Amino acid sequence: MAVSLAHFLTVSAILMVLGVFGIFLNRKNVIVILMSIELMLLAVNLNLVAFSAALGDLTGQVFTMFILTVAAAEAAIGLAIVVIYFRNRGTIEVEDISTLKG
Amino acid sequence: MIAAIAFYTFASILIASAVMVITARNPVHAVLFLILAFFNAAGLFLIAGAEFLAMILVIVYVGAVAVLFLFVVMMLDIDFVRMREGFQRHAPLGAVIGGILLLELFMVVTVWRFAPEAATLRMNPNPEGVTNAEALGRILYTDYIYLFQTSGLILLVAMIGAIVLTLRDRPGARRQNVGEQVARSGSVSVRPVPLGAGLKEIGIARPPSPEEAAPRPVEHHPGGHH
Repeated sequence: MAVSLAHFLTVSAILMVLGVFGIFLNRKNVIVILMSIELMLLAVNLNLVAFSAALGDLTGQVFTMFILTVAAAEAAIGLAIVVIYFRNRGTIEVEDISTLKG
Repeated sequence: MIAAIAFYTFASILIASAVMVITARNPVHAVLFLILAFFNAAGLFLIAGAEFLAMILVIVYVGAVAVLFLFVVMMLDIDFVRMREGFQRHAPLGAVIGGILLLELFMVVTVWRFAPEAATLRMNPNPEGVTNAEALGRILYTDYIYLFQTSGLILLVAMIGAIVLTLRDRPGARRQNVGEQVARSGSVSVRPVPLGAGLKEIGIARPPSPEEAAPRPVEHHPGGHH
């Protein structure tokens, strides 16, 4: 019973669905939504690494590293926006964020 | 066999902690479960043979991103009970969409297979007898140098953006203004001072202000903490 590509794909599919479900479940809390996005990015990384291992091709791992970079930048900017929004409005509920009336 | 046991252990803990991330009542617990999820994902990376990425995942995600989340969660004074209103209301919609997504992903996983010529289409075949970190470094700094530099630029822009967003000018804060100091004239002058004379005798010493001269009596509050 060896670990095959399908095992990794199944785990990352479940992880991706959990990330999407988390966004719907915590519609008000921006911080948990950001954490759900991190989970989804982790699922994508797992997929890339699994394919890279299955094919013996290193390109997937290089791209995983770039995704890690972008995820770190995204988390930093997102949390900075959350902090200044809380400082200005005193709340981070998603439904209250309607200043732009979009 | 041992790899399969390790895989199932890491995968089950990863999925369980992901469930806890999205359902935990306390966001601090959610962040801690996120850290656990990252550790187990690093274990899965190790099983897949990507040792360098596993270490990077621990360093970047656990060391930087998750701690950043933890700081923000603890810094902001948020009413998390109100945050959880509508938890049940949105759950069915999320379950429907998540179920559809899961079904589609499983359909893709079962139907999909490698192209017959996939082995010949590899861009960077894994070299033999070289560690994972060295093999990654060989292509990262040569073939992917522009992407590498671009990711560095992205990090720089993110850093500047985060600093600019969160920097705030407090009113009343005292700062040194070098230009003003240099441009100051009139009140600053060089005076000849005779040798051996004290500053007080010449009369240019700043007179002691009355509140500085008399030390304030120390008040004692019995049993109180300051």
